[in-house]
Amino acid sequence: MTGEHSSRQYDADLETLRSKVLLMGGLVENQFHDAIASFRSGNAELAASVITADSGVNQLEVDLDDACRHLILKRQPAANDLRTVMATVKVITDLERIGDEATKIARIAQGKDPQRGVMIFNDYDAVRGLASQVGNMLHDALDALARLDEKQAVKLIAKDAIIDQDFRAVMRNLITYMMEDPRTISPALDALWIAKAIERIGDHAKNIAEHVIFIVEGKDIRHSDYASTHVDGN
Amino acid sequence: MPPTEQALAHDALPAALQISNLNFYYGATKSLKNINLSIKDKKVTAFIGPSGCGKSTLLRTLNRMYDLYPGQRAEGKIEYKGKNILDADQDINMLRAKIGMVFQKPTPFPMSIYDNIAFGVRLYENLSKGEMNERVEWALNKAALWGEVKDKLNKSGLSLSGGQQQRLCIARGVAVKPDVLLLDEPTSALDPISTAKIEELINELKDDYTIAIVTHNMQQAARCSDYTAYMYLGELVEAGVTDQVFMNPVKKETQDYITGRFG
Repeated sequence: MTGEHSSRQYDADLETLRSKVLLMGGLVENQFHDAIASFRSGNAELAASVITADSGVNQLEVDLDDACRHLILKRQPAANDLRTVMATVKVITDLERIGDEATKIARIAQGKDPQRGVMIFNDYDAVRGLASQVGNMLHDALDALARLDEKQAVKLIAKDAIIDQDFRAVMRNLITYMMEDPRTISPALDALWIAKAIERIGDHAKNIAEHVIFIVEGKDIRHSDYASTHVDGN
Repeated sequence: MPPTEQALAHDALPAALQISNLNFYYGATKSLKNINLSIKDKKVTAFIGPSGCGKSTLLRTLNRMYDLYPGQRAEGKIEYKGKNILDADQDINMLRAKIGMVFQKPTPFPMSIYDNIAFGVRLYENLSKGEMNERVEWALNKAALWGEVKDKLNKSGLSLSGGQQQRLCIARGVAVKPDVLLLDEPTSALDPISTAKIEELINELKDDYTIAIVTHNMQQAARCSDYTAYMYLGELVEAGVTDQVFMNPVKKETQDYITGRFG
């Protein structure tokens, strides 16, 4: 992606951009895992660390936006360089939102009474499957971004529909609990908020995969059926 | 429209000049190698590429400017209105009236602003004084220069600023009512404001003329042209719709050049 420009500073600027985006990706991935872990265990300290980490992610978003502005101003990038810069601006927005969703999960985990939930029903169990799938999806999206692997990106976009289905299943399940026993309403609503946050993180992972395809192929496939028609590598 | 459909739609547009199997020699040196390209009617086509790639040479073959120099020759076909202009029986003066050229350095004649325009017109047409006055005003208006020079038409063309001189040259080219304007790095000697005026002018002129422009300024090609052709070592590497060439070029060589990874 980078390298071999007549101007070495240009190479260096693009490389900095790239490594900072990947750093930001690593941070939000940790945020997500820690947020889910804190919800499972009720570890309030871990939840607090997720919330603290968010300011670092926010700062990276601001820095990277600024770096992209300066690169456009100084270099007038074209072709794959232009696509990289434009996609970076969008990827960091998605990453920042993922950080926000993880923070939401951590806040709920912080307020959770470690005894209450488990006594009535296992609220973590309700979202466990969804969390693990979206965790993989986020990891794959960041991996596709790091390696500019458009095939992996296509596969991942196709998965988002399954995540949406699973979210609806989780919701129905939680509604059943609430109908059966009003004492579950409070923890079930918490679990529902968390399921929604996880589902949104899946959407952002899908967006990142779409940006990867834009960088590699130059195609803007948002709001199209590109992924479903290309999933077998056609 | 998706890019492929877009390209097909463009293919169907009429060509002002159809270049096929064009080779060009400076003595024994072959400097254009089998060029095939259609220059679309009433569109702007930009030629980009590193120095010595043949883009100016190609432009110079389009109105046989090379005929002025011994030892230079072109082979192949450049079709203009159904005729191969490389044929020996081509009327060169008529050709250059129909396919005008503006050079990198402004080249006003050492005469008044008025006569700079009228000189060329007199060669081809017999106009009354009143008609000639109208034609001069019309050409200067086309070149967006009228307002700046209307009170000093009798002053020397050389008294104008560089940007004004270049617009005077464009007015001179337009005055004989050509079909095609060839611009060989028309803004490389100009400041940004004059450059912006020329670019604006190109945008207005393309309603009436076919324009081919050679430029070293990639952003200029991206801004002003409908089509871009990338040349390297006398070969046409890639030609296509400008947006496509600058956003997602087909060939890696093109991408390397426009992103500054070249050399």
